[in-house]
Amino acid sequence: MDVLNLAHGSFYMVGAYIAYSVVVATNNFWLAIVVAPLLLAMLGAALEVVFFRRLYRHGHLAQVLLTFGFTLVFVDLVRAQFGPTTRSVPPPPGLGSAVELFGATFSSYSLFVLGVAIAVGAFLLLGWRLSRVGAVLRAGVEDKEMAGLLGVDVPRVFTFTFAFGAGLAGLAGVVAAPEFAIYPGMDASVLILALVVVVLGGLGSIEGAILGALIVGLGYVIGTTLFPQFAIGLIFAVMAAVLVLRPSGLLGRRS
Amino acid sequence: MEVSASGLTVRFGALAALNHVDLEVAAGERRAVIGPNGAGKTTLLNAIAGELRPTEGSIRLGGRDATRLPAWRRARLGLGRTFQRSTLFSQLTVAENVALAVRARDRKGWRFWPVRDRPLEDEVARRLAAGGIAHLANRQAARLGHGERRILEVELALAASPSALLLDEPMAGLSGDERRTTLERLGALPDDVTVVIVEHDLDAVFALAKRITVLDHGVKIADGTPTEVRANARVQEVYLGAI
Amino acid sequence: MILGRLTSARNAALLAVLALGLASVPLWAPRFWIYIATQALIFAVFAMSLDLLLGYAGLPSLGHAAFYGVGAYACALLALRQVDGLFPLLLVGGVAAAIVAIPIGALSLRTSGVYFLMLTLAFAQMLWGLAVNWVSLTRGTDGLIGIPRPTLVGLDTLEISLYERGAFFVLCLVVAVLTFAVLQVLARSPFGKTLEGIRENETRMRALGVPTFRYRFAAFVVAAAIAGVAGSLAAMSNGYATPDLLYWTASGFGLVAVVVGGTRSLIGPVLGAFVVLVAQLGLSTYVDRWELILGALFIAFVLFVPGGLVGLVRRT
Repeated sequence: MDVLNLAHGSFYMVGAYIAYSVVVATNNFWLAIVVAPLLLAMLGAALEVVFFRRLYRHGHLAQVLLTFGFTLVFVDLVRAQFGPTTRSVPPPPGLGSAVELFGATFSSYSLFVLGVAIAVGAFLLLGWRLSRVGAVLRAGVEDKEMAGLLGVDVPRVFTFTFAFGAGLAGLAGVVAAPEFAIYPGMDASVLILALVVVVLGGLGSIEGAILGALIVGLGYVIGTTLFPQFAIGLIFAVMAAVLVLRPSGLLGRRS
Repeated sequence: MEVSASGLTVRFGALAALNHVDLEVAAGERRAVIGPNGAGKTTLLNAIAGELRPTEGSIRLGGRDATRLPAWRRARLGLGRTFQRSTLFSQLTVAENVALAVRARDRKGWRFWPVRDRPLEDEVARRLAAGGIAHLANRQAARLGHGERRILEVELALAASPSALLLDEPMAGLSGDERRTTLERLGALPDDVTVVIVEHDLDAVFALAKRITVLDHGVKIADGTPTEVRANARVQEVYLGAI
Repeated sequence: MILGRLTSARNAALLAVLALGLASVPLWAPRFWIYIATQALIFAVFAMSLDLLLGYAGLPSLGHAAFYGVGAYACALLALRQVDGLFPLLLVGGVAAAIVAIPIGALSLRTSGVYFLMLTLAFAQMLWGLAVNWVSLTRGTDGLIGIPRPTLVGLDTLEISLYERGAFFVLCLVVAVLTFAVLQVLARSPFGKTLEGIRENETRMRALGVPTFRYRFAAFVVAAAIAGVAGSLAAMSNGYATPDLLYWTASGFGLVAVVVGGTRSLIGPVLGAFVVLVAQLGLSTYVDRWELILGALFIAFVLFVPGGLVGLVRRT
């Protein structure tokens, strides 16, 4: 969408906290998986219509500034509601144990996360390339005016896409909740990684994001095994190196 | 300063915007480049100016190989240009626009102390008067009319005192008076200034240019005097008798 | 007189009144507010350097706080090694930041827009990671503590020590005013005007023979150096230097200050710095949700008052 949204990490954080609330209230993780993305999608749609829509033509800096302001707001809201202590959510029953595959032990929850990631990735990839909505969106980003003249309701498509993105972030938050700590600053840690992934892979390319995620994920694990203290630095160094050699990212499309 | 391109090819993916184009403009020559839309004329200018890196081919400016030089170095060699879409400093006034150009030419940018530069101010005033836009000196460039913008665009290029000038459709959208002023301005250029002008306005082309190069779909299809070009069958075909 | 041409007489008079008014603060203000004002002045220096980058050079950077942090650490390291001069301690922050800015600028300035934003962020986070992990130098997340303030040579007879709140406040005020003056001069100089041209239309500047990279690089390094000096002051003020000075959210607050105050005006960032600090330190004592309020204020400004406070004044 060519929008730089720093509050995307906040959506992830809110998703995790929704998961926490739902699990505490109903003890049902699967309910959280359904509820959180929906709520986040609605939140995303509302934010897009009321606020973000005004900034599309003002360029990335204005978007960075606005969404940064929102991160401050969201973090404080979450802190007000849940307090600053770290929370956690247990994995749902049935996925709490370890599993033996190919001679190595995996936690079954990790396999679940892997499955979700593959499913979402495949869905996005196919949807982006093959679906009507994907084509419409690509057209809208490429040339907003033209798409509008051709009868595409560009504002609605953008709202939908933004909401969809927010919902996915919420889903990520729910899925991450049993694995990682839930605390008010978690938006920053995931956001930085996500930005590295997207920029490394190249803006405007789902394939690039997938490739970027693989590189960052593998790099991070290799990094923590070899130089545990500088793993994150290694990731950034890789991103910086890629950007210097290929200013548009690995698979990015930028004229 | 001579301007020449040899075997110039610019590819965007599978599309060849320019395909092995040769161009030789002698010092002081007035050359027009014409052709239908999409012929690659602006691409040619961009490649010569250094805004675009050619896939193949070479550029020579004043006898030197300029193919690997960045745009600003080519400008320092004496190359000036206008853009198809007015490329101005919109938030600044017209006078400030021209002042920037003159200051850039004189390489005064590395002074860190503000000084009153009377010679610069005088020159700016002179240039504005010559271009017929002195009355707009304190108007913000963003608030100019289209024709006024095009004139400022030409003035910015001229302010650099170039020895070779690339003009991209300077006449586009000008009113009658504005056209006249601009034609006078360009006609009054010193004889040693090379001019390569891309234009659709054929009256202007014939008024200014001694030789014409015709492009179509990235390929040079004709090169010669106006009479020769007019008589060229392929050119006629491409323009469908518009000449 | 050259200076006479710079600012109109009225502006100069206003600024003089403001400066004198501020200078008198230690005499009448309650101690806590002197502290807030001191912090605000230090942050104002940082914000002004960010405005040089953002407002004048047109370079949006999410990593500027890294130079602030580097300056703080450099000053801290020097002070902890018994170096006691005021000027060396202030300058080392600037010099260290400038040195770090050279490779970062050389690499980042090859890109623009989003990618520049990301690269500066990346480099800043790398430096933050270094601050956290290079424990032998920086003591990691504990930070360097017990940083002494330098003694004022020559003023011992007057018995003025920088440990006195008022004296330190005046030091910060002097640095802030000097920074403001230097940047004003720079902005109106041929260098500043060329920078402005590059910000307005880089393509056109290139076509006019201007080596745009060199100018932006110079602005980047100068802005970093000033941020480094602010860092030195921060280290002296707090008595410690910790990694969170470099974290990207610190750069974010810098942007808040610049935007709320008004870019490209130099006085704007100063105003904005005061707003942010008052919210951070003053408001927080009365209201728990000060970040929320600041965030909402910031959002409102970005949407409705893009010219910042200065823009509001200009309109009336």
